[in-house]
Amino acid sequence: MARVTTGITSSHIPALGAAIETGKANDEYWGPVFKGYQPIRDWIKKPDNMPDVIVLVYNDHASAFDQNIIPTFAIGCAEKFKPADEGWGPRPVPDVIGHPDLAWHIAQSLILDDFDMCIMNDMDVDHGCTIPLTMMFGEPDAWPCKVIPLPVNVVTYPPPSGARCYALGDSIKAAVESFPEDLNVHVWGTGGMSHQLQGPRAGLINKDFDLDFIDQLINDPEALSKKPHIEYLREAGSEGIELVMWLIMRGALGEEKVKDLYNFYHIPASNTALGALILQPEETAGEALEPRRVLSGGSFAEA
Amino acid sequence: MTEKKKERINIHEYLAEMDDIPGTRVFTAQRARKGYHLNQFAMSLMKEENRKRFLADEKAYLDEWELSDEAKQAVMDRDYNAMIDHGGNIYYLAKLFSTDRKSFQFAAGSMTGMTQEDYAKMMLEGGRSPEGQRSIKGKY
Repeated sequence: MARVTTGITSSHIPALGAAIETGKANDEYWGPVFKGYQPIRDWIKKPDNMPDVIVLVYNDHASAFDQNIIPTFAIGCAEKFKPADEGWGPRPVPDVIGHPDLAWHIAQSLILDDFDMCIMNDMDVDHGCTIPLTMMFGEPDAWPCKVIPLPVNVVTYPPPSGARCYALGDSIKAAVESFPEDLNVHVWGTGGMSHQLQGPRAGLINKDFDLDFIDQLINDPEALSKKPHIEYLREAGSEGIELVMWLIMRGALGEEKVKDLYNFYHIPASNTALGALILQPEETAGEALEPRRVLSGGSFAEA
Repeated sequence: MTEKKKERINIHEYLAEMDDIPGTRVFTAQRARKGYHLNQFAMSLMKEENRKRFLADEKAYLDEWELSDEAKQAVMDRDYNAMIDHGGNIYYLAKLFSTDRKSFQFAAGSMTGMTQEDYAKMMLEGGRSPEGQRSIKGKY
């Protein structure tokens, strides 16, 4: 039986990819970010931890979907997905290889579970999907596992509610667990944390909100899922709304307690605060990493 | 998790709150409608041939789109605040600043009235504080 063993969160900002491609990953600015990700990279390489398939939750940033088609929840069921040309030419990364059997199985299960999914068979994937892969796996010739892209609309209002995202995660868990093949499945929630990319308020970062969000995501996701959109907007910036996608990941780990094997938070990565977590259901959780919690940048610099 | 929703969100209250955030224009349906052609223009820059054509003669390229003269001028001025006023959304407009080989930090910084250096410095020091920036009416 397939099972959701792990939830991971990651930033997906394009500047992270640019830092690697231009050889800046070790400089003063980007060094702490990549240093913070290194323990996750080392962890995920171990055979027991390496997923067979990642259900990668992200938002399409007006790449596969323009203003003509705006699906709230979509799922990529194709054999493969090409990196999108977002104006710079496509990112120089391998094609994302799908798992059509599992993807179609999840799509069918979700629809039967009252989530009316949009099914995608021809879809380019943008930085929202490929940056987290780069952050975890570096620059391989081929990605080391299969990926099912699951884009969520958080661009055109209204995005789905936190409660709906949390419930979708629960349905993804049930769908995975009813797939007969023995697969280690990860669900990744990407984007965030606090950031605003527009208007005179651009550059907003709210460390207290972000750290509380991480804490609630781990310990009280049910309450967190009730947070209204306006609170994300006021507290975490207009693009901080991406954080609702983390609730899909959390829902897929079940209602029981989870353990944070690793908990990394950094300010800033370009315009954003960045959070990278490894979470596992407590019952089946592995050893926590050492150090387990890393806070860097911004006002942590002096700490 | 799947019990029925007990309370419906009041759409009018929901949308009114979206307009109560200082220095922020939430990409509501109203803005999406207004900005449809502007955003679709930006999407067209995902193709190299279009980028070349646009950069070679911006005005001529913009004239192919159903845009007001003000919206065209905002694009030619690279005035991202004005483009957002015309219904643009930053993730669509990203195709324009990417065509210019500029970053999200450049575009975001350009909307704040700060110099790029001051904006970068503010981010390094922990970003813009939310204090007093959460609500126009509530002033908190």
